Amino acid sequence: MINLWRFISRFNAFFLLIIYFSISLIMLIKNNDFQRASTFNTSNQIIGSIYSKVNDINKYLRLSIVNDSLAQENLTLHNQLKSSFFNDSLVIKKVNDTINRIQYEYIVAEVVNKSITSRNNYITINRGSKHGIKKGMGVIGSNGVVGIVWNVSENFSSIQSILHEDTKITSSIEGTPYFGPLIWDGDDPNIVTLTDIPNQLNLKKNARVVTSGLGVIFPPGILIGTVLKSGVKGGGSFLDISVKLATNFYALQYVYVIKNNFQKEQENLELQNKESVNE
Amino acid sequence: MSKIVINILRFIILAAIQVFLLKNIVFYGLNMPYLYILFILLLPFETPNWLLFFLAFLMGLTIDLFNDTFGLHAAACTILAFVRVVFISVTVQKDNYDSDPEPSLGIMGFRWFFFYALILSLFHHFFLLNLEVFRFSEISSTLSRVILSSLFTLTLIFISEILFFRKKQRK
Repeated sequence: MINLWRFISRFNAFFLLIIYFSISLIMLIKNNDFQRASTFNTSNQIIGSIYSKVNDINKYLRLSIVNDSLAQENLTLHNQLKSSFFNDSLVIKKVNDTINRIQYEYIVAEVVNKSITSRNNYITINRGSKHGIKKGMGVIGSNGVVGIVWNVSENFSSIQSILHEDTKITSSIEGTPYFGPLIWDGDDPNIVTLTDIPNQLNLKKNARVVTSGLGVIFPPGILIGTVLKSGVKGGGSFLDISVKLATNFYALQYVYVIKNNFQKEQENLELQNKESVNE
Repeated sequence: MSKIVINILRFIILAAIQVFLLKNIVFYGLNMPYLYILFILLLPFETPNWLLFFLAFLMGLTIDLFNDTFGLHAAACTILAFVRVVFISVTVQKDNYDSDPEPSLGIMGFRWFFFYALILSLFHHFFLLNLEVFRFSEISSTLSRVILSSLFTLTLIFISEILFFRKKQRK
């Protein structure tokens, strides 16, 4: 027994290594579980509030870039106003019960923390369950798609951005019926890859890549980026398309969280389909 | 006593610099400095192993909490602590020094400290980035990131060490 104790204390560094390394590995692997408790991340209250303090200072440094993107957004909104179109048709008045039929609502939020350069990147925003945000909602910025809500606390939520290996947003090229998942290979935070597009498609450079509207997270037609180049990988029948992201993650300051009012209905229906197939 | 205070202060300052400043410094999306490992490098020689491992783990965990990578930096820091123990036991004979030696640039000399910091930061970055990516197919890009990040970290370590070295000489 004494010999055993002597052995352990002689090589104590090695045993300590094993103990602490396995603790941290267990934490790391547990952390990958999507269902894990949301206590230990930046949506945590204390760390979230520290970050929002620091962000208050940082915000001033980026004011000009943010102003530019807001001005751009105003421009596009102005262009969509009815008053900016020349109207030569007869006006048809139609009363629509819009209040009960809005499908998508937007919640504006400010980015308080973000990572860009890791293999898997997250963004923390200063809105949480108190403001109606739930896990799995889509998030867009003023230029394009940003990511999907991942964890929610009372006042903060963290977003799994497009720059994450598990984020696969179904997207399509505008004007074509084909769609495929969008994948980030971890190299350049401005470029993602769109896969599973059949190779008979004649693609033009700078074609717009938009959300497909399949699924319940994003409405159709939201800009993701533009086509940079495309090519067939290894003689397959699908194209790998490099897409330049419309969102500049470095300058991201304000985001909009999308709430789909019909999400539950659609999911229930699709669940019923699955159940009736199983019977 | 003052050593404890200095190390606690160093812990807080390095963690704050890492989380609030260095996290945002990146060249070409490739490399990112991890200066906080300087805290573990500069712990005194006579730190008992259990304390060394505990502090390394704690430091890693603190960085993890701010980065949403629960356990990642902690694992890499534990490896770092082990490599530190091995490296010091191989290269340092404590009898050669009269007063209590410290693993710092001013006391141990440039050559020793350079290899010390280089090897330790290479090990740390290698495990950190590979555990983060967690797949073998991207090994070449990960390795280049390991080397570039290590060089960046090493530069920052030397800059901060030279600043502290002068302060100690003046006393």
